[in-house]
Amino acid sequence: MSGDVKISCRNMWKVFGPDPEAFMAAHGGSPTAEALQAEGYIGAVRDVSFDVHAGEILIIMGLSGSGKSTVIRCITRLNDPTTGQVIFDGSDILAANEQEMIELRRHKMGMVFQNFGLLPHRNVLSNVAFPLEVQGLDRGQREARAREMIELVGLGGREDYFPRELSGGQQQRVGIARSLAVEPDVWFLDEPFSALDPLIRAEMQDEFIRLQQLLKKTIVFITHDFEEAVKLADRIGIMKDGKLVQLTTPEEMVLNPADEYVSRFTENAPRGRIVSAQAIMQKVKGKPKKANGTGVPALAKIGEIAEQVLNSDKPVPVIDENGFAVGAISRQQMTSALFSREVV
Amino acid sequence: MTLAVPTANGEQLNRQGIGLHSFWVQMLIAIVAGLAIASVLDWAWLWPQDWIVPIKVWLSEFFAWLDKRATFGLFTVKQLTRSIAWMLKQPLIWSEYLLWKSARVYQYMPVFWIAFSCAAGFIVSRLRDGRTGVYVTLAILAIVTIDGFPYILQSLSKALRVDPWVEPAALIGISEWPGHFLSKVMGLREVRFIPWIAVVLGFGIFGHWVGGWRLAGIVILCMGYLAFTGLWRESMKTFSLVVVAVPFSAALGLWLGILVTRSERAARIITPMFDVMQATPHLAYLVPVVVMFGAGQVPALIATMIFAMPPMARCTILAIQTVPSDVVESGHMSGCTPRQLLWKVQLPASQKTLLLGLNQVIMQTLAMVVICSLVGAQGLGHKLLFSLQQLKLGFATMQGIAIVLMAVVLDRLTQAYANKASVHVHGEQRSYIEQHGHLIAFLAMLVVSVLAAFYFKDVSSLSRNYHLVTSKDALELDKVIKAVTFSLIDYIRPTRDFITVYMLIPMRDFYQALPWSLVAIVLAVAGYRLGNWKLSVLIVGLLFFIIVMIGNWEYATTTFYFVFTATIFCILIGVPLGLWAARSDRVAKVVMLTCDTLQTFPSFIYLLPAIMLFRVGELAIIFAIIPYATVPAIRYTYLGIKRISPVTLEAARMNGATPLQRLWKVELPVALPEIMLGINQTIMMALAMTAITALIGGQDLGQEIYRALPTSDAGRGVMAGLGIATLGIIADRLIGAWASKRKEELGVA
Repeated sequence: MSGDVKISCRNMWKVFGPDPEAFMAAHGGSPTAEALQAEGYIGAVRDVSFDVHAGEILIIMGLSGSGKSTVIRCITRLNDPTTGQVIFDGSDILAANEQEMIELRRHKMGMVFQNFGLLPHRNVLSNVAFPLEVQGLDRGQREARAREMIELVGLGGREDYFPRELSGGQQQRVGIARSLAVEPDVWFLDEPFSALDPLIRAEMQDEFIRLQQLLKKTIVFITHDFEEAVKLADRIGIMKDGKLVQLTTPEEMVLNPADEYVSRFTENAPRGRIVSAQAIMQKVKGKPKKANGTGVPALAKIGEIAEQVLNSDKPVPVIDENGFAVGAISRQQMTSALFSREVV
Repeated sequence: MTLAVPTANGEQLNRQGIGLHSFWVQMLIAIVAGLAIASVLDWAWLWPQDWIVPIKVWLSEFFAWLDKRATFGLFTVKQLTRSIAWMLKQPLIWSEYLLWKSARVYQYMPVFWIAFSCAAGFIVSRLRDGRTGVYVTLAILAIVTIDGFPYILQSLSKALRVDPWVEPAALIGISEWPGHFLSKVMGLREVRFIPWIAVVLGFGIFGHWVGGWRLAGIVILCMGYLAFTGLWRESMKTFSLVVVAVPFSAALGLWLGILVTRSERAARIITPMFDVMQATPHLAYLVPVVVMFGAGQVPALIATMIFAMPPMARCTILAIQTVPSDVVESGHMSGCTPRQLLWKVQLPASQKTLLLGLNQVIMQTLAMVVICSLVGAQGLGHKLLFSLQQLKLGFATMQGIAIVLMAVVLDRLTQAYANKASVHVHGEQRSYIEQHGHLIAFLAMLVVSVLAAFYFKDVSSLSRNYHLVTSKDALELDKVIKAVTFSLIDYIRPTRDFITVYMLIPMRDFYQALPWSLVAIVLAVAGYRLGNWKLSVLIVGLLFFIIVMIGNWEYATTTFYFVFTATIFCILIGVPLGLWAARSDRVAKVVMLTCDTLQTFPSFIYLLPAIMLFRVGELAIIFAIIPYATVPAIRYTYLGIKRISPVTLEAARMNGATPLQRLWKVELPVALPEIMLGINQTIMMALAMTAITALIGGQDLGQEIYRALPTSDAGRGVMAGLGIATLGIIADRLIGAWASKRKEELGVA
């Protein structure tokens, strides 16, 4: 899962105000929240550092105004960060000039927007082909590629439609197809499903999972919906007031929230689908033995094995990939893991 | 008891707002202080004649120097202006050949080549792609231009009044081939303009394409009127100016608009310039243009282009700034260069705003072209001016109707086109003929009518026998109008005289007697209270330097008197109408349609009914301003009431307010900022109109411009124009400052 580091953000700040650079310099590069407020500056992103590994889905979560959208815009340089570093494939993206940035966006980056960002005067085909058109590809090539992408997102037959003739879900499929048309290395999704109805949203999330299984992109995904985050993420970062509060796997976050703020999100999380058996089991003392008889897989989510455990009078053995019984889960452990807030 | 107005966010606001009591107290103190100063110091009451800074004279001398002696070293300013005039004249000549002037075969060659290269480019763009098509067009034009260069040089040197140093002969002769073909082979000696029937039907076909049969019918009827009343030629003279001015204005406006959104520095320079330009009345543009370029069609074209440009620039700025951020960001992320972002994302995504800008350019162009008859531009405006001056009211009515119908046609067509072009719907698969039916029909109709014009002269230009309305009818109409007004005169004259003597003249005398220092102090206090000290300094500075110091105070007070009086009438008429429209959708439909129609009329037209009823004089002036300037008062009142949050109204109803209480205590106070912005617009339009009413009298700034025209006294005209702009800017800034403050307090900003 965690391949090479694809993107690395180091001590990134984005400050809005009259003269952000001077302000940052005056405060030694790390102003306090009080200093920001006192001088009328807004710290949209404050000292954020994280890595995105190749092939992973990193989800940045936070409420509106927490700076999550600004983070993604700093990485893509739609906004320039005030200070800090963004290393993309080993080179500092903030040092890139306009032309280099355009090249980077043309070949390495794709982005999906909350309100789709489709061009109203172009039909589906021409919207999807647009990134290829601005690269200067000739019509035949770019339309062939665009048709492939439209087919991929399941909009075949609607090539001639204009955005206003499509439903929200369909429009976002167009947005997805467009962002994938250039075969980007990194796929940025900025609240892609937030503008959609709940039912369509679930459908699009499944579609997203299907696409990712096919394409295996490196993904930075922004959402304000914790459930969406745990459903899709390999790792989740939670932001508050411009700071990255915690960045870890969903399971770790549910089991060990960094602070009060994070636990407010995790307390209503669907634990059954996040926590695995090995996280709540009673470990066997000493060396694990080869398992005989039935048990539950160590990596199984507890929701999947709950029935089996709850129906059993004795603790159910937990078996790892190699067939060793590494622990056991009792009925009490299962119920407390599923319903109470204290886990083991 | 004061009623607290609950706003959308639930705050309770006191209706009294920004300490109004203390505001009026301060105003009273200012008035007393001003009067005291003015009565002690003579020069503070009336700026002494000897102290007038002769800026007008200097300015006139400067323009005369520019015109006569200024030189850039290699060439003089005069030569530069003549070259510009020559360049602008070329497209104008071509459009005239197309629309109303017959041309010798060789004169027609540029038109032929432009049409040919465009057609060739179009065909290539269909077969290959758009870029190749453009290249083909440009290549053909380049070859022909180089080939015919001696001719061009000869024409230019004629315009510059220097000896041509080339013999007029084509280098290779390619550019002359079609001419040889037409004259030698076909035996043609002159090429006639497009037959009237082709123009009428062409408009009709375009109307059908953008708006269906209904619009086609309206357009054909309106254009038919021009043909069947014998005004065709005059209409086409006007139209040929419009056709050339619009692309120039639109392109210039687009470019400046883009510049403003691209560069902060450009924005800082250009935006205030537009403010002044839009506050300056039509007439004021004419004076310097006449001084630099003389009288006639080309100066009219130049004045029109400059006048009609700012709305396009404003719409471009608005268009670029209102593209949703998602769309712009998606353009960036697709890897657009800044140029690609502009032309492929920002401009097309806001097509509708741009097309509405184009619509405004066209309407302003028509209005200005009509007014340009004052500097010798031919066409309908010229005829109308002539009829008005001779009090031939029958002719004037016919010509006025022609101008109005032309405005209606242009407005409806461009609006329908804007709607059609900005609604993107995928088409079903259709055959080529089905898709391009309108183009094919147009071309077929053009060919048929041009061929028919060879055999039937009436197809080309309708002879008098076919005119449904003739000059005899116009004379009859004249008699009828005169008879009607004569029979009404017994009622009108006493009323007019009563109003004039007992209401208007005392008011005028009052304003004219106002000491300038008093006005300055009151404005300074108002500026400071409503805005800040900067506003206060700006207002007083403008008032002093542009009006008082150069001796225009008396004219300015007269202008103020016309505008103020007319504005009061506009408010008395407009605000109740707006309120009524807001109460009933059926009324709203009628009122808004009337407003739309009134707004399309070129301002010149409003003189017509005023002259009919009151002849000349001050009441006529005010009467001419009212219909023109009432529209924004109606519209903003309607919108202001309609935009009040329903929650606010429901709260008022639940508090037990009667409808009348609701109106006085809730709706009007909440909508007041919006209504004031409407009144602001009313004042601006009234100012523009006062300049035009100079034709029917008045001793105001407009009259100053009008008098400066025939004597080419640039300084006098320009300073009077700037004086009107100053009045407009002062009103605009004060009302704007008040409205934004009030909106903030109401939480509706």
